[in-house]
Amino acid sequence: MRRRVVPRGLRTRLVVAFVLVSALSALTTAALTFRQARAAILDRAQDSAVHDLRTQVDSLAPDLPASPEDADLRALVLQLDRANGARGWRTAAAFRGGAPVAVAAPAPALPARLRATGGTARGAVAQRFHHDGTPWLAIALPVTRAEEPSRPSGLVVYASFSLASQSRDVDTLVSAARAGVVPVVILSAVPALLAARRVLRPVRRLRSAAEDMAAGALDTRITVVGDDELADLGRTFNTMAATLQTDAATLRSMEAKARRFAADVSHELRTPLAAMTAVTGVLDADAAAGDLRPETAEALELVADETRRLGRMVEDLMEISRFDAGAAALHLDEIDVGELVGKTLGLRHWQDRVAVDVPTGLRARVDPRRVDVVLANLVGNALRHGGPSVPVRVRAGAVGDALVLTVTDEGPGIPENVLPHVFDRFTKGDASRTRSEGSGLGLAIAAENARLHGGTLTAANAPGGGAVFTLTLPRDPA
Amino acid sequence: MTRVLLIEDDPGVRRGVTLGLRRRGHETEAVGTGEDGLESLTAFAPDIVLLDLMLPGMSGLEVCRRIREISQLPIVILSARSDDVDVVVGLEAGADDYIVKPASDEVIEARMRAVLRRLAPPPHTSVTPGKPEVHGDLDLDRSALRVAKHGTELTLAPSELKLLLFLSASPEATFSRQQLLEQVWEHSYYADARLVDACVKRLRAKIEDDPRRPRYVQTVRGFGYRFGPL
Repeated sequence: MRRRVVPRGLRTRLVVAFVLVSALSALTTAALTFRQARAAILDRAQDSAVHDLRTQVDSLAPDLPASPEDADLRALVLQLDRANGARGWRTAAAFRGGAPVAVAAPAPALPARLRATGGTARGAVAQRFHHDGTPWLAIALPVTRAEEPSRPSGLVVYASFSLASQSRDVDTLVSAARAGVVPVVILSAVPALLAARRVLRPVRRLRSAAEDMAAGALDTRITVVGDDELADLGRTFNTMAATLQTDAATLRSMEAKARRFAADVSHELRTPLAAMTAVTGVLDADAAAGDLRPETAEALELVADETRRLGRMVEDLMEISRFDAGAAALHLDEIDVGELVGKTLGLRHWQDRVAVDVPTGLRARVDPRRVDVVLANLVGNALRHGGPSVPVRVRAGAVGDALVLTVTDEGPGIPENVLPHVFDRFTKGDASRTRSEGSGLGLAIAAENARLHGGTLTAANAPGGGAVFTLTLPRDPA
Repeated sequence: MTRVLLIEDDPGVRRGVTLGLRRRGHETEAVGTGEDGLESLTAFAPDIVLLDLMLPGMSGLEVCRRIREISQLPIVILSARSDDVDVVVGLEAGADDYIVKPASDEVIEARMRAVLRRLAPPPHTSVTPGKPEVHGDLDLDRSALRVAKHGTELTLAPSELKLLLFLSASPEATFSRQQLLEQVWEHSYYADARLVDACVKRLRAKIEDDPRRPRYVQTVRGFGYRFGPL
């Protein structure tokens, strides 16, 4: 796997891109200028050489015989060599494809291609080549007779000279271009840094504002300067923050109202319930004594039962409202877990129906009232849903710094589709039995109690069947 | 038979509770305001007061404080408010017990009986009649049910007195809140551990020199309370 080598920071990337662009443009400009200047220098050297050669040849050629011998050619070459010492060319002449005749030694090197094309060309032909590491220019000039300009005479004059001085000029150009490009590229980093700073400052402000918002400070706004895309982004951010803040406030007030309503309703229900509950004992006593007609007794019993149920539900609703309002307080006390479990079961007359497995001397720092509520709820559920004759077991133990209490039954377990919602409010284990004995809030309250302790309450099905509830609380042994 | 004064503004609850208590053989007088309740104290001379906290005019807490100023009559609060803070405030005003509405007549009667029984001496102590015990600056007279500090008699609510008598009967023995609840309040329910704490606080305010650094009723962190060592 190859790692990407693109730099991570926005600033680095911006500067690198800026420098690359400026380097590219400087190089391109330099390269184009260099090409043009070089071509101009070489073309001028070539043109002037061809022109000079033609002038010389034109003045000397008429003296040659129609079919010149080697001696004639040598004389011509000698005169041509003398004529332009300044350029320092060396000439040679060839007649009708014969070997070029030169005077100076060594004979000038002539590229084979030029010799091949020179004989048949109709005008001057020039070719650049390298000889002994320096650039040279060779010219082939076919000579035409004055009386028949269209027909080549078969005489070709060659000249070749060194382009060293032109090459020096070109080298000077290259170094000048190079000397220009490097500081431009280096200097371009400065505006690049400035531009990056200008762009990055609003981006950084935006980022810190977004972080503040994420941390919950919904009243965060940023100051927008200018009228560019970044300013637009800033304005959009502010609009978003304002909308979010309004929505959050609306949501919160709605939530608070809903919580208030639940608490108020339950509270208001308590007073009539208090009157009704105070007399249920009277009804029960009379119904049990047989002083009433059977239907009346049954009706009264029903009313008494439902009143008690309603009372429990209102209690549970009040408790849930307290959790929702964050008003539930934890009263920690160090207790003996075995004693607590025994008390919880004893109070509800469950001792004979539940197997208890708690090590003696196991102590924990918990809110005994809340743990009692959780335990009573779990055991009550197990006894109710697990069936009447099903063994229910309460186990406790210390696992590290935690107190782990499990309540297991061997009943049918929790249906898979209910399992994820088992701690939701008003979830009933069996949808067909909507009016079960519980209020539907018990497990929700139990979970809230566990959370208040900084612990957890989880539900699962045992592999061998039956439900397993696990309460994990921080033990905090004092 | 107990003479019960019920101070409750809601007519439904008043009638319901009165009916339930009458059926259980208690003589009950029910009034709707705190002012009427205070008047009935002398006219009716109840054995115990059942007091609602939310009353028109004078609040239940105020009624509770006024009664505590003039008598050691047992007071049980009967309230629809069940938040911890309400319970603690109610108990600190001087009430002996706190019942959250709705409660059946059975529960109300059981709590009343427990409060009334509290004044009987603890069964596991041998009492020498007429001879006050001395604990530091405190003089405890178990038969006359009197407590004096530096010779000045203290006015203690029934639950405070019973708690003090119970703890001082076994000096230096530590009792958990649960044990105290069972022995002093005759409750066996974890929910009411705050009863113990509120009562200890009130008791300390009356008997200690510095309630923040208690000498008589000391806290044993993680276990409960004990009397002494002095």
